Amino acid sequence: MDLTLKVWRQAGPEAEGAFKTYEATDVSPEASFLEMLDQVNEQLNAAGEEPIAFDHDCREGICGMCGVMINGHPHGPQDGTATCQLHMRKFNDGDSIVIEPWRATALPVVRDLIVDRSPFDRIMEAGGFISVNSGAAPDANITPVPKEAADSAMDAAACIGCAACVAACPNSAANLFTAAKMQHLNLLPQGQPERYTRAVAMVETMEAYFGSCTNHGECEAACPKNISIDFIAMMNRDYVKAQFKNLARAGQA
Amino acid sequence: MTEGGATVLDGKIPEGPIQGRWDQHKFDVSLVNPANKRKYEIIVIGTGLAGASAAATFGELGYNVTAFTFHDSARRAHSIAAQGGINAAKNYPNDGDSIYRLFYDTVKGGDFRSRESNVYRLAQVSNEIIDQATAQGVPFAREYGGLLDNRSFGGAQVSRTFYARGQTGQQLLLGAYQALARQVAAGTVELHTRSEMLDVVVKDGRAVGVVVRDLVTGEVTAHSAHAVVLATGGYSNVFFLSTNAMACNATAIWRAHRKGALFANPCYTQIHPTCIPASDEHQSKLTLMSESLRNDGRIWVPLDTDDKRPPNEIPEDERDYYLERQYPAFGNLVPRDVASRAAMRMIEQGRGVGPLRNGVYLDFSSAIDRLGKHAIEERYGNLFEMYERITDEDPYEVPMRIYPAPHYTMGGLWVDYNLMTNVPGLYAIGEANFSDHGANRLGASALMQGLADGYFVLPYTIGDYLSDWLNTEPVPTDDDAFAEVIAEVNERNERLLAIGGTRSVDDFHRELGKVMIEYCGLSRSREGLEKAIAEIKALSAEFWSDLRVLGDAESLNQSLERAGRVADFLELAELMCRDALDREESCGGHFRVEHQTEDGEAKRDDENFSHVSAWEWVDAATPQTLHIEPLTFEYVPPSQRSYK
Repeated sequence: MDLTLKVWRQAGPEAEGAFKTYEATDVSPEASFLEMLDQVNEQLNAAGEEPIAFDHDCREGICGMCGVMINGHPHGPQDGTATCQLHMRKFNDGDSIVIEPWRATALPVVRDLIVDRSPFDRIMEAGGFISVNSGAAPDANITPVPKEAADSAMDAAACIGCAACVAACPNSAANLFTAAKMQHLNLLPQGQPERYTRAVAMVETMEAYFGSCTNHGECEAACPKNISIDFIAMMNRDYVKAQFKNLARAGQA
Repeated sequence: MTEGGATVLDGKIPEGPIQGRWDQHKFDVSLVNPANKRKYEIIVIGTGLAGASAAATFGELGYNVTAFTFHDSARRAHSIAAQGGINAAKNYPNDGDSIYRLFYDTVKGGDFRSRESNVYRLAQVSNEIIDQATAQGVPFAREYGGLLDNRSFGGAQVSRTFYARGQTGQQLLLGAYQALARQVAAGTVELHTRSEMLDVVVKDGRAVGVVVRDLVTGEVTAHSAHAVVLATGGYSNVFFLSTNAMACNATAIWRAHRKGALFANPCYTQIHPTCIPASDEHQSKLTLMSESLRNDGRIWVPLDTDDKRPPNEIPEDERDYYLERQYPAFGNLVPRDVASRAAMRMIEQGRGVGPLRNGVYLDFSSAIDRLGKHAIEERYGNLFEMYERITDEDPYEVPMRIYPAPHYTMGGLWVDYNLMTNVPGLYAIGEANFSDHGANRLGASALMQGLADGYFVLPYTIGDYLSDWLNTEPVPTDDDAFAEVIAEVNERNERLLAIGGTRSVDDFHRELGKVMIEYCGLSRSREGLEKAIAEIKALSAEFWSDLRVLGDAESLNQSLERAGRVADFLELAELMCRDALDREESCGGHFRVEHQTEDGEAKRDDENFSHVSAWEWVDAATPQTLHIEPLTFEYVPPSQRSYK
């Protein structure tokens, strides 16, 4: 198939960017979206033009590096699919595809399609962990975890940190990411001692960088791992409860 | 064959009964007083399972850590993609496991080419890893009573693998990453992202720091410390098509090698039996389908080479479940090297399936009938979805097509029992080092090794070296030793940019990959390896005269980044072939056609090759010099590995 691509090019963080048009010819339907971009880059290199810079790594939907807006949809048209997992059989010969980086003030463009997602790491550093030093852990089976709780925690923990949720949100909120990271730990017995301090610290760090959540639900629709906005509801509850909790009495029944 | 002149290396293995060696060693190594730890600087390169767990643990202990990752976040390391699980000797299933059995299975699985003491230690700390991960909130699969679940993996007759759906590596890495994030917040670890280490600095015979390039600004800077730890993963991308992520490379360990660190057993590469077959020239990688699938999937090919029917139309008695037939005791759960070679034999016999006849079937219909679709979905849901996205085929309805692909490298920098290379102060952990797995790694043990090294081994052993340097400062970064290496790094990048040829980096990389998979892949021969060495030399000459890298070094330049990595792969590839030529035997993942049993299994030569081959860099024009470390097996008597 032959496609017309309109790709955002931007030489650096301070540079002005613009869309440039490229023709992608003889693209196999079996090729993945990024392999199609590789092909275009080989053509550009041969023609003496600098290739399009884009983040990618595992090419199997787990590392969270890749992620571009494809015709206005983060990661493209296929539900629950990261950009690297999208194959060209989802497009038709003659299609025009607009490709741009995530757009959010908190995620500045580094170059072309690459953005800076470091605020996500700031949120994790604020409280996205359980404080246990290496070697201090008790036997793993001492604390039974109801299977359903372990499964929900795993559902939340499946977040790959790609920031598609931020890109999809009209307010550039990061609530789905923060909620997933928080609830993964807050749903487990091991996460209980720090549950409320974690909720407050992560929410307040998130709010320093990102917009507010007004329940559009675009994030859940865009998420390549189908993370549920139920976790946002759980995060909100934990945050509100934290305001009333007297942690000094947390050891009591 | 080794000559009498090759230096015999000392792994510094402790004495005494194996069960007590590690505990005794922890007592014998020098400690660093808690109040003194803050006087030390440690550099950690790479933030995967081994690097993140080490950096976090050092920070918790009170050391000052500077960690570098070339990704935008520590959580992007390729450890995140590991699927199936992590082994430990807990014996929760009550089916006969023990530390000793895990040790035994791993030595045997490594085809008797690893250090017994290292492997015993690995088995011993495996249980602590599960405890640590669980305490961090890693959401391992649970039984209904709330306790941890286990599944079986290749090379074992017990169920000792802990897992989190088909995303165990992701969850374990997130646990380590979270621990690292906590230390970053605490101020004990300074983490630099989008920063790639391009060389080690050695002064007066010891490692004193590194030179790093900022991948966004291009700035090249020096960083010094009391010790340097490399945790940069494996080199399967030398084959271009592998299950590794696109950025995985050998640069950190290769530059260390060029600065004096011995490279051990480079030819021990693992080809994983269950990956999705390539469909086209444009393919950029091969996607792994976890070994855990072989728990429930049955591997088969049509009995008849001319059978072109869709798989669901081929009746049972016209199918060859060849692993079950050839290896009754282990069946579909034979170790990876055995399964990969068996698959290759079927394909060579013309019984391959799929449009390019380059796969075999992994069939879940029996398991779905027996356990129900929901149970299979619970265990492998994400893997089935991944498969469907790539091939547009539904594994719940038709069998998966799978094919062997390069996946893991048992070779790496030589390290002693303290995980230190032969360069004092330079350590290597995780897949970057050579130890523990011998000539073949068992499934679910890579995750185990990375975390063992990072949480529970190196934090103890590093003190033994550091204590010698108490109350000294790291060498200042304005020292000539650093200036020289910065100049080398800049000169190299400028050279790559100046060639101004016609071929892209990927073009060269793809060609190298084809040579390597053909001649140094699943099956190797003298003739093939000699041909490969000649072709690699020619390709390398062409690379340095016809490479085209556009742009400059002072900004983000992904082609330049890749060019440096491929330049290193070209040199490494030659060493791999030489190592494969030198090792006149077959063992584990190294299969020489000249050395096989009547039924096509690997034939070891324990009399002449029961040793580690560790290669020393001489210069760019001269092949490496060989050193050996003899291996002795006191506890697990070497035998012909049989999984029948």
